[in-house]
Amino acid sequence: MKHARIHFEGEVHLAHVEDNNAVRLADGRLLAEDQVQWLPPATGSMFALGLNYADHAAELAFKPPTEPLAFIKSPGTYTGHNQVTWRPDNVAYMHYECELVAVIGKPARNVKRENALEYLAGYTVCNDYAIRDYLENYYRPNLRVKNRDATTPVGPWIVDVADVPDPGNLKLRTWINGELRQEGSTRDMIFDIPYLIEYLSSFMTLQPGDMIATGTPEGLADVVPGDEVIVEVEGVGRLVNRIVSEAEFFSAQKEA
Amino acid sequence: MSRALHDVATGTLFGVALNYQGLLKQRLAEFEQPPYQKPPIKPVLFIKTPNTRNQHGADVVHPGNGERLQPGPALGVVIGKTASRVRPDEALAYVAGYTIVNEFSLPEDSYYRPAVKAKCRDGFCAIGPELVPTTQLADPHSLAIKLYVNGVIRQQNTTANFVRNIPLLIAEISEFMTLHEGDVLITGTPEDRVDVQPGDTVEVEISGLGRLANHIVAE
Repeated sequence: MKHARIHFEGEVHLAHVEDNNAVRLADGRLLAEDQVQWLPPATGSMFALGLNYADHAAELAFKPPTEPLAFIKSPGTYTGHNQVTWRPDNVAYMHYECELVAVIGKPARNVKRENALEYLAGYTVCNDYAIRDYLENYYRPNLRVKNRDATTPVGPWIVDVADVPDPGNLKLRTWINGELRQEGSTRDMIFDIPYLIEYLSSFMTLQPGDMIATGTPEGLADVVPGDEVIVEVEGVGRLVNRIVSEAEFFSAQKEA
Repeated sequence: MSRALHDVATGTLFGVALNYQGLLKQRLAEFEQPPYQKPPIKPVLFIKTPNTRNQHGADVVHPGNGERLQPGPALGVVIGKTASRVRPDEALAYVAGYTIVNEFSLPEDSYYRPAVKAKCRDGFCAIGPELVPTTQLADPHSLAIKLYVNGVIRQQNTTANFVRNIPLLIAEISEFMTLHEGDVLITGTPEDRVDVQPGDTVEVEISGLGRLANHIVAE
């Protein structure tokens, strides 16, 4: 089953997603995909992995890490399915990153990898955009690169663990304006989800709603205002996002 | 944590590293070398996840296993209303008030990678004892900040030594990410952090804000 958070007629609803991405509210109403505003399906902290695919690490001229390289995102950077993300003016390189996300379902502390999947609420997808112009070598990747307003689309929904029998063998794909630009498989992850849960929970308690964004394979490209960017993880979801200019984003915010 | 602080400071905890001139100067030569190549240009930011939240009077668990635990005395700025792209000259209007933060961490030998393992352990961010409204604190940039371990002063400095003052931090941060009501900006820990051990009582005192006390316990 697929679980979404949506905004409709001034209220936030938890809903189930049915055929054609129609949304079933708790009161039984069925709404079309484009009738609702899709919200990020979880709002905890996000632990995002850098360099977790060997090919991507090579693409960025890095040796694969021997310990997970995790950085943290806070809820202000999340946005939902079918929403917009802004490209700052005067930057040379803003790229998408298609990622499988594991969503935590119950507090997890000192969890062993063989039990790790019991702690999941399910899986979702994120597009972990980065503005490479802003990289600095302090807490890299720094917040100005990775924790910008509305620059991490998450969703569209959470799919149950039982509906994804083999999270270690899923195709990841990204399209820009309908053209396939990134293709990989979760098979090539360096640290898999059970390992990451064991690692993080060995020194802290993961909370329900926390997310682990598991990194992206090679195949990055620049995106510009007007582009439609779709990231898809096979069997989990297809997350649509549109790039707008800085001016468009902030003028829309002022009106809201 | 007082009731008022507990009700207000419910948002994201954003930390600023290297925001004391003495600390930055100690490391500048190193920051010209790899992997840094050059000193930081923008504020060096980190996030303390919600599991790190802790209160006045509560225990902080020493991680053991040969790890070292260090308190991080810091002035906390509690955001009062949504701040997006705020100018320095208007920034303080977005502040609800001030409090004390003890931003516990393992030692930071390197600033190159995000310090999740060092900074995001359960209970590693004590906040309190109370929220002091901006109207009751004339100048947040001239406050004495002291760390006591078992009643003895072990670290002291003043917020006059910030690299970036509070308005500049709010302006530079809100340029790319909105600060929301209830978010807390941890304005940095001065140089010369000290180690603490299970059994120690650790207190951070900031003039005008009181004293935030915590007890270190073994895991």
